Amino acid sequence: MAVVNSAVQLDLAKKSVRELNQFLHGDLAGRGIQRVEVLNPGGVHNLAVGLDADVDVDIRGHAGYFIAGMNKQARVTVHGNVGWSVAENIMSGVVRVRGNASECAAASGHGGLVVIAGDASSRCGISMKGCDIVVGGSVGHVSAFMAQAGRLVVCGDAGTGLGDSLYEAVIYVRGKIRSLGADAREEPMTDADRAVVSRLLDQAGINHAASEFKRVASARALYHWNSDAHQAY
Amino acid sequence: MTTTEESYSFNRHVLAYIHQAAELGLYDIRGLGAKRVLPTFDDLVFLTASLSRYPLEGYRERCRTQTVLGTRFAKKPIHLAIPITVAGMSFGALSATAKEAIGRAATELGTSTTTGDGGMTPEERRASKTLVYQCLPSRYGFNPDDLRKADAIEVVVGQGAKPGGGGMLLGQKISARVAEMRTLPAGIDQRSACRHPDWTGPDDLAIKIGELREITDWQVPIYVKIGASRVTNDVKLAIKSGADVIVLDGMQGGTAASQQVFIEHTGIPTLAALRQAIEALEEMKMVGQVQLVISGGIRTGADVAKALALGADAVAIGQGVLMALGCNSRWYGTPDHRTDAAADYERLGTVPGSCHHCHTGLCPVGITTQEADLEARLGVDDGARWLRNYFNVLTMELTTLARACGKSDVHHLEREDLVALTVEAAAMAKVPLAGTNWIPGL
Ligand code: SF4
Repeated sequence: MAVVNSAVQLDLAKKSVRELNQFLHGDLAGRGIQRVEVLNPGGVHNLAVGLDADVDVDIRGHAGYFIAGMNKQARVTVHGNVGWSVAENIMSGVVRVRGNASECAAASGHGGLVVIAGDASSRCGISMKGCDIVVGGSVGHVSAFMAQAGRLVVCGDAGTGLGDSLYEAVIYVRGKIRSLGADAREEPMTDADRAVVSRLLDQAGINHAASEFKRVASARALYHWNSDAHQAY
Repeated sequence: MTTTEESYSFNRHVLAYIHQAAELGLYDIRGLGAKRVLPTFDDLVFLTASLSRYPLEGYRERCRTQTVLGTRFAKKPIHLAIPITVAGMSFGALSATAKEAIGRAATELGTSTTTGDGGMTPEERRASKTLVYQCLPSRYGFNPDDLRKADAIEVVVGQGAKPGGGGMLLGQKISARVAEMRTLPAGIDQRSACRHPDWTGPDDLAIKIGELREITDWQVPIYVKIGASRVTNDVKLAIKSGADVIVLDGMQGGTAASQQVFIEHTGIPTLAALRQAIEALEEMKMVGQVQLVISGGIRTGADVAKALALGADAVAIGQGVLMALGCNSRWYGTPDHRTDAAADYERLGTVPGSCHHCHTGLCPVGITTQEADLEARLGVDDGARWLRNYFNVLTMELTTLARACGKSDVHHLEREDLVALTVEAAAMAKVPLAGTNWIPGL
């Protein structure tokens, strides 16, 4: 463990995932640690999971599944691509991916902000429960499936079945939507929507005009079991 | 002459089903478990001691019941006083009072209770010394703080009443508190997904389990719960995925609300499932390393004893727990101050003894409801006492049978202690048909 430019460096060529997470679960504030750099992540899974600290963590390279899972408070940045389920069940804090994310980014996220600079694959924001997600590129099919609360901002295109079985989460898409899922519908953008999109883009560090986005929300037609629409559930 | 011959295929139940389907265009959603006749543990009997085996004295010689779960990887395995645990049932499906009564009884008994599809309530955590926290596809209320408060984590892949199915909590049970815990509007029908949002398949599950272990610093055991369908493969895959404990729920397992067609027509009976699971553990040389908890229609001490003899390490009980709290009883309250609830059952279109209307939220005895006036029908103290009594009776019956088989520890019961009364049970449990050495299929 070295300290470079006030950041504690942990090299995964020499340390295990267990050692990294145990260190990050320790009393970082008490030890005056505000920044941690993870070197040589080598695509491994479960890095920086379960953090609950006011700390910046920079992962220098590509990483695997569940990176920054269940994050609280921490600001985790991956300087590369990630596998499935980055920032799953995030509660608060910020998780940024400088590259692309595979499936299920920010799945069931309850709070905080997730920024994917590149593309996110299918089911981005699935079952999200209050987090905000900004994707610089496009999202794959059935993104925001059963999304309950929060905002998903897509600067590129959205794949098929966007917002299928959507609850109260709202989706904003700048590019093309290949198709909407069951019970999702396009709605007019309001001033409040444009303000939300501007603020989230600003937080994400992505530059687009909010006026270029469309709003997708739930038609709420499936909120009560309806046997005539049984194939729509 | 009037014709009165009823069709076997189109009997009065089938006719009623078709007439209702035709009239309403709806299928039945209901609570509890399968009602059809199935092979059960009742089809097995013990070969207790005689000349060739030496029994233990019922009142003088001890018979141990201590049970340890989660010894494979967890730093803190679960230590239980008895091998009888409470299955996962959600706050939402159950009232907060019922959950608290269950937690209190489980604590007094030295056993565990389990959260459900709705997160962990503070009352439940406070009341339960040993609490298993379920990680379900919906992830309603799932959070890292509660995860770290849990004594074990149960990743729910499926449920015996509806293996492969999701859930539906109907709007009438979604009170403001339930809605808030689930981050959904009050009063809407809540669908629970049948697949987890962040992983698919056994290879992903292995990584998911790794994540949960990392978040909890490898302290607590991780259970994987599966509904009994392709048991052999599923148990092997759960083991390979890194489970400490397999929870296997047979088709008699209960539900708060599922389609009748699921409850009666999917999965395999608990008896058959248990034997397949044990064989899978044996094949992978994991007996003693990965523990097996069996659930799905466990009712009596005899059921528990037979499950242990077939190789389970513990059982989990759901419906029996509800019944101990008064489910399907005509009365609510204590014997001195009891009130007749028959009219409330009638309003639901049923009678005490036939109720399976948990999905309505109008439980006549105050267990599966979120209505304050109904919830008040169950007292926490009463509920806790009844459940404690019930589990104590199960434990006494279990040890009675174990002693009679000459065992000083209930975990020493073995398959060799059992024979079957029917060919079906003999084939499913792979024990001999009574009075023969014949095990069908061997
Ligand atoms: S009595 Fe209550 S708990 Fe029992 S089946 Fe009826 S509604 Fe469900």
